[in-house]
Amino acid sequence: MTDRPLLEIAGLAKHFPVRNKFGRLSGVVKAVDGVSFSIPRGAVYGLAGESGSGKSTIARMIMGLTRPTAGEIRLEGENITGATGTRAYGRKVQMVFQNPGSSLNPRRTVGQSIAVPLDAHRLAGGNRQQRISELLDMVQLPPEFASRYPHELSGGQKQRVAIARALAVEPRLIVLDEPTSALDVSVQARVIALLIELGRQLDLTFLFISHDLSLMRNFAHEVGVLYLGKLVETGPTEKLFAHPEHPYTRLLLASVPVISAEEEAIRPALPLINGEVATAAQVLAGLAQNQP
Amino acid sequence: MSDALLSVRNLSVDFETYGQVNHVLNGASLDVPERRHIALVGESGSGKTVTMKAIMGLLRHPPATITGGEIVFDGHDLLKATAAERDRLRGTAMSMVFQDPMTSLNPVFTIADQMGTILKYADRRLGRVRNRRERLARVHEVLAQVRMRDPERIARAYPIMLSGGMRQRVLIAMALLSEPRLLIADEPGTALDVTTQAQILKLLKDLVEERGLALLMITHNLGVVRETSSYVYVMHHGRIVEEAETSALFAAPKQAYTKNLIASVPRLTGGTDFLALGQSDPEAEAEAEATT
Amino acid sequence: MAEFAGGTDAALAATPKRLSTAYQNWYRFSRNPTAVIGAAIVILCILIAIFAPYITPYPKDVGAVVNFRARHLPPSAMHWFGTDDVGRDILTRIAFGYRVSLLLVAVVLGTAVPFGSILGMLAGYFGGWVEIVIMRLTDIALAIPPLVMALAVAAVLNPSLVNSMLAVAILWWTWHTRLVYSITRQIRTQEFIEAAETLGASKFHIIFREILPNCVSAIAVKTSLDAGFVILVGASLSFLGLGIQPPTPDLGTMVSGGAGFLPDKWWESVLPGCAILFVALGFNLLGDGLRDLYDVQDVR
Repeated sequence: MTDRPLLEIAGLAKHFPVRNKFGRLSGVVKAVDGVSFSIPRGAVYGLAGESGSGKSTIARMIMGLTRPTAGEIRLEGENITGATGTRAYGRKVQMVFQNPGSSLNPRRTVGQSIAVPLDAHRLAGGNRQQRISELLDMVQLPPEFASRYPHELSGGQKQRVAIARALAVEPRLIVLDEPTSALDVSVQARVIALLIELGRQLDLTFLFISHDLSLMRNFAHEVGVLYLGKLVETGPTEKLFAHPEHPYTRLLLASVPVISAEEEAIRPALPLINGEVATAAQVLAGLAQNQP
Repeated sequence: MSDALLSVRNLSVDFETYGQVNHVLNGASLDVPERRHIALVGESGSGKTVTMKAIMGLLRHPPATITGGEIVFDGHDLLKATAAERDRLRGTAMSMVFQDPMTSLNPVFTIADQMGTILKYADRRLGRVRNRRERLARVHEVLAQVRMRDPERIARAYPIMLSGGMRQRVLIAMALLSEPRLLIADEPGTALDVTTQAQILKLLKDLVEERGLALLMITHNLGVVRETSSYVYVMHHGRIVEEAETSALFAAPKQAYTKNLIASVPRLTGGTDFLALGQSDPEAEAEAEATT
Repeated sequence: MAEFAGGTDAALAATPKRLSTAYQNWYRFSRNPTAVIGAAIVILCILIAIFAPYITPYPKDVGAVVNFRARHLPPSAMHWFGTDDVGRDILTRIAFGYRVSLLLVAVVLGTAVPFGSILGMLAGYFGGWVEIVIMRLTDIALAIPPLVMALAVAAVLNPSLVNSMLAVAILWWTWHTRLVYSITRQIRTQEFIEAAETLGASKFHIIFREILPNCVSAIAVKTSLDAGFVILVGASLSFLGLGIQPPTPDLGTMVSGGAGFLPDKWWESVLPGCAILFVALGFNLLGDGLRDLYDVQDVR
């Protein structure tokens, strides 16, 4: 039981029906199509992909915001597919959204936002204020912040509040949906440092969703690359970045703007067609040649 | 460097909000010589966008006031020039590639309509005469220059029929319509996927090189700076804190701010120590505080 | 990324000093002449209504007093607004008339606004059949003009203050339902609602603690604009004899009573009419000012 992965996902799929102008079913979009992976306790699992890859749909299914078409989600060995609305479940999995500007209610103070999970799960009882201060302290914000409104905070501070809110229920797994893509690099570095520290202190497991491969290289222990709803390549981070096998992974890596010659040396060359960068579809159709 | 094509000298801009005056730009200076590719890099709130807006004449008087300095383009001080003179330069000899391909195009007009209108006004300002057919021919020509495979079909399309990458190309084509000598690019491709962004950056680089244009790239992404520019200005709190040849800046940054900024960028080769960055100097924390 | 939103954010980011939300609101409010003048008029009218017995020169004239020696007196130092056909001081009766008008506003909007807003939030948040039932009911109610409804109610029941309030309130909620429904539909899909759902918040919490605060500014604007209309509708009902019955002073009744003596004794109907205009204008200016302040677009 102890070496059982914290989260196991098997054959997960989400198909959206497509209707024609007359409302007839004319096909399905396979937003997520047979995805399987598992995350060991205490690990950071990175899901890399571009828009339309299905990474957000996977997050929504794990959070119980969307019902899967097929497949299974197991948390600590317990099948939680479809049982996601229950309170006990909500206490084990939490999410930090991409845009801290829109994931905090603009008309509610930081303290009120953090109190939501405390009240919903009847935690903290009479020590609400104290618990809110504790949670703010965990994300390195002073207790006075409880009375501020989101628009008075910087982007990094808002994201810290969102993290504090997710921590309020003492979850086992936190889904991070592009948590730093709206932040400046220096702020990003501090938020990631905070997540690493919290992960260690609180024995947290992270599912880290991002399109930023450089960040993933430095944060995730294991990475899965998603393309059009399918995992095209998975592996331990170092191995996958050193020896990417799938052409799409190579294209993704080749597209990353880098800042040093060492990085350039390990980065695959951009696949070109007639002097122009090839698209993912062209690469997968085998049309492009990698030029030296 | 007074022979630069564009020269910004000691530019200062104040913003008035809620009765408080904020010095957003404090004497910023930069030069863009003919045919050179210059980057202006900064985090949010650094003043880079305000600089860009001041150059393009997009600042609105309340709340913004240009309190000092000059913006010299091709020997004319834009801040002192007559309206007619300014119009002749802005949007013609210097033009702008907008950031967001989703909102910068009007959804109810075809690409040919929108580009034709821009061309008509550019012609009028330059005192050129072109009839409808000649304008359409020019639109097709420019679309072909941005490597659109079927310019006639693209010209007839509405924005919604094009992908994000195609729309970004249309925005570049729009900037090329009036045969500018300087392109100002505001974070092109940030709204797009990494692979598409790589295509756009490569295209932009090829275009300015083959047409001998000067480029001012405004960005927050150091990777983009390294890939597109040969000389870089680092902006922070409304001041240019460091300027250098791009390769020299990445090899040996001089200022503490720049050093920290470069260290904050996660590397594709791994080894970025977030915890060390997160501990960071109290000054940086205080700065983050100050941005509330 | 805040900077992409425009220069103002960049400017704020560079501000070392923290401005409280209350200060920002006060600053914008105080720079908005429309809102300030509207608020001043509304507050003045409310004060007049509250302190009417103490500030009016002839508080006795409220009741069924007859003083034939003083009838039809034109405006003078003794009677600033003149007297009516039974010799009562018009200024005094206007002050007491505000009490009735403002009471009407308070009762009608005090019931219609919460009722309508809650229905709007329910329809917008839950969707499905809840939305269909509520919004179709709203459409039906919207099809009936309030004045016609008031006439019908007054014809069936007895004409009285309570009944006319009832008639107006029965129809007024629909506007708020429509407004709050459209705002809720926009908010429902935002991330902070999803965030609250994943945090285990109850439906009650989401509707009243997450959605409602985001509707408050629009509701405030709409309510303020409505107050002027409610006063006009109430005055119209009284004018037609369907509202407040004499001798209780009411602005609408005074206008209709004085209308018989036009144009010679103009003050008896024109000055109460101006009083109606004054308070209705105050509410409208306040509403317009608040709309600019909150930057609410959807409201009428």
